[in-house]
Amino acid sequence: MTYHNPPTPPRKSAIFDDVSLAEIRRAAATGIYDIRGGGTKKALPHFDDLLFLGASMSRYPLEGYRERCDTSVTLGTRFARKPLQLKIPVTIAGMSFGALSGPAKEALGRGATLSGTSTTTGDGGMTDEERGHSELLVYQYLPSRYGMNPKDLRRADAIEIVVGQGAKPGGGGMLLGQKISDRVAEMRTLPKGIDQRSACRHPDWTGPDDLEIKILELREITDWEKPIYIKIGGSRPYYDTALAVKAGADVVVVDGMQGGTAATQDVFIENVGLPTLACIRPAVEALQELGMHRKVQLVVSGGIRNGADVAKALALGADAVSIGTAALVALGDNDAKWEAEYNALGTTAGAYDDWHEGKDPAGITTQDPELAARLDPIAAGRRLANYLKVMTLEAQTIARACGHNHLHNLEPEDLVALTIEAAAMARVPLAGTGWIPGQTGL
Amino acid sequence: MPTFDLSQTPLRELNQALHGLAAGANDTEFEVVNPRGSHAVAVGCDAPVAVSIRGSVGYYCAGMNSAATVTVHGSAGPGVAENMMSGTVVVEGDASQYAGATGRGGLLVIKGNAASRCGISMKGIDIVVHGNIGHMSAFMGQSGNLVVLGDAGEALGDSLYEAKLFVRGSVKSLGADCVEKEMREEHLTLLAGLLERAGVTGVEPSEFRRYGSARKLYSFDIDNADAY
Amino acid sequence: MCGIVGLFLKDPALEPRLGELLSAMLITMTDRGPDSAGIAIYGKPVPRRMKLTLQFDRPQEDFDGLAEQLEHLSGDAVTVSLKSSHAVVQLPAEALDDARAFLRRALPSIRMMSAGESVEIYKEVGLPQEVVARFDIRSMAGTHGIGHTRMATESAVTTLGAHPFSTGPDQCLVHNGSLSNHNNLRRELARAGIRFETENDTEVAAAYLTARMAKGRNLGEALEDGLCDLDGFFTFVVGTRTGFGVLRDPIACKPAVMAETTSYVAFGSEYRALVDLPGIDGARIWEPEPASVYFWDRDRLAGESTLAA
Repeated sequence: MTYHNPPTPPRKSAIFDDVSLAEIRRAAATGIYDIRGGGTKKALPHFDDLLFLGASMSRYPLEGYRERCDTSVTLGTRFARKPLQLKIPVTIAGMSFGALSGPAKEALGRGATLSGTSTTTGDGGMTDEERGHSELLVYQYLPSRYGMNPKDLRRADAIEIVVGQGAKPGGGGMLLGQKISDRVAEMRTLPKGIDQRSACRHPDWTGPDDLEIKILELREITDWEKPIYIKIGGSRPYYDTALAVKAGADVVVVDGMQGGTAATQDVFIENVGLPTLACIRPAVEALQELGMHRKVQLVVSGGIRNGADVAKALALGADAVSIGTAALVALGDNDAKWEAEYNALGTTAGAYDDWHEGKDPAGITTQDPELAARLDPIAAGRRLANYLKVMTLEAQTIARACGHNHLHNLEPEDLVALTIEAAAMARVPLAGTGWIPGQTGL
Repeated sequence: MPTFDLSQTPLRELNQALHGLAAGANDTEFEVVNPRGSHAVAVGCDAPVAVSIRGSVGYYCAGMNSAATVTVHGSAGPGVAENMMSGTVVVEGDASQYAGATGRGGLLVIKGNAASRCGISMKGIDIVVHGNIGHMSAFMGQSGNLVVLGDAGEALGDSLYEAKLFVRGSVKSLGADCVEKEMREEHLTLLAGLLERAGVTGVEPSEFRRYGSARKLYSFDIDNADAY
Repeated sequence: MCGIVGLFLKDPALEPRLGELLSAMLITMTDRGPDSAGIAIYGKPVPRRMKLTLQFDRPQEDFDGLAEQLEHLSGDAVTVSLKSSHAVVQLPAEALDDARAFLRRALPSIRMMSAGESVEIYKEVGLPQEVVARFDIRSMAGTHGIGHTRMATESAVTTLGAHPFSTGPDQCLVHNGSLSNHNNLRRELARAGIRFETENDTEVAAAYLTARMAKGRNLGEALEDGLCDLDGFFTFVVGTRTGFGVLRDPIACKPAVMAETTSYVAFGSEYRALVDLPGIDGARIWEPEPASVYFWDRDRLAGESTLAA
């Protein structure tokens, strides 16, 4: 009798999966860690894990299209003489000229302006195109201070002191030489074509006690007109928000780890920071304990994609949200119409993240004039405005369904969670139960 | 000449008055008395005004200065003349850390010593220190000139880009990617000009050594990883 | 994250003014820390007597009868002087351990701020102005003292979370900065038997120095050890019965200014804190070097000694 050995299918390791194996080989071959753009690609508990309850008998919904649901928000009401009045609670996050092309920056300004909201400079200074096309422009104050000058400070509408960002809390930047064109080099006072290494700390202050004095200086230079934001990467949001308030912020921006970056180490993007969902309640708690909720406004960013995400962030206590990656997608980033060119770069539409290489087929994250010319700033700005309008309508739809005449009246009690993880992070009950893990018993 | 006594007058009034100067204004000389370590004194000036501060100041004196001449008749706290664009800032005494940080133009003269991180991230400013400077000075210096008549502390010029460093005394140690470079004729000329502008007499450019970037960190190379 | 001041007197003529000078220095630093304030004053020791500084939640009730109870315990005269929420107990040196054990047992809500021959520590939640007035610090005489105003980073805003921290007889420490390995260090020290009252990183630093000194290192040597074992950003100002020291971390970002004349040594987080000191115009003023220890001792007034560089 012959023994028949049944075939065992080859089994791949869950730990040493294809991506991990490829990364080991890549590291062994090149000796350089992987640098890329974008945010984390991990599956993290996110706004998708929350649901709104809507009104029925115990609450009454508002009639869509007839009964008003306000979306306006004012940022910077604490100390600034000229707070920012926004028509919608969605702003455009800081992205540098350098990381983005001139037309892309212009398109962001156009789209934000059409929508009655603000856009933000980045680690490379303010360009005339950007200022000219942005009704409301937030000027970032970063550790590198590239292009920093008092004229731009005075022509900004608000100042955002960047302490950290969600993709890399505690990290500096590394923009490889390919993107340092003549103009970028001049704006940053660097030789052309060399790697740009950005510091992780500000050069002339460390810690909130020094920051308080730095804020005094910025306010004195700008005659106490401009709101001062402090942007932190989501890591210890409770303490960091409290310290931002103590240091004198008008607005606190908390960026979760889904937030993108122009370029940093993949290991940093994927392994440092807190999911956006886990950042909001600790930040709000810090504001509430200091009696500053709604007085110092909270802006949340990192993975905001649609009006539901906006409504959920606001329900958890944010005053506004900020978008970066989603805005680039609205402009045309990773569009399938460039699939053949993405393939030529060894990737596919939707996965392209080598923004630092400057070869973006969509012409957005590049300094190559030919590629940059592919983006029509007027049409792209229109697309961004359309997208912002849809997000706002979506958020209003939800707010009305929950019986609210202003997006800011959304509350955590309007939400339940689908998973225990999301329930614990958002501090709302698991759907159908009264259980908030970590807050109450079963 | 308007005089502001900071023990009586709020800082806001001083800075407001300086910012309100119209082109061709008559008041081109200001005096500040009793600064007593106040922060943000004479920041954001944007006119060719002369400000004399009688006493010592705190953080960020003459921050982001453009065109003005600010003289501190005392010592200066952290970040004096930070991000200066143009004009002149003179500190008669010592300066604390971060003097001239990220400065993009103009001339900063410190007649005493400067503490750590003098000229950190400098972007075009000229800094002349009559005394010594502390550690990590000119860290990531991108452009401009730092002249030190005395000694330099540890890790001078760490991660330096194209700023030029001239030190007359000893250097405790050089930072990553900073090396001593040949002093050529053009550098001697440059240095002579800087010394003259800073009012230094009796010192020859030939007494200095020049330090600059080895440019090994300009393009990432794994074999330089220890320097990061 | 805070403001620090310190004053070490060489000239006995200034001793009656220690509290007044230190109070003014601390109030100037208010902007650097709005959460709590504290001050340690080293007064004249009384031979064979020890001092305990206590803090009460309910001073009137807990204070009542305390002197009698302690006298009963020690069989000798005990004085208890109440100042707002704090009281200073003076008792025979040999009765100190029994008194501490008794207080822990009988009045568990009492907090012991300091113990020693000369140190008294006063600290509370609030601004320096309020804290100084509440304990009438201005009228206090002494040889040296340290003050602190706190901007809390990660641990709670409470009386016990205020600086200075004292973890050994006549020892105290204040800190500006943020330690990044204090949790591991706390666990190690706890395993070695040290009790912690707070989650504060500064208490760990203080306990670390106490543990080193218990192993026979002097303050200067213990501070030098700290340069190896402590991680993060820190400037410490420390006091002992006869000594005053400053330690600056290798990174040296947090501000620190020192001044020395023939009459005193002074420390301030900013120059502003020093401007009203007598003779400051003629003082030698400098910023402490990174990774360096500065240490003065009344018993050997040799002046500054930099032990590590």
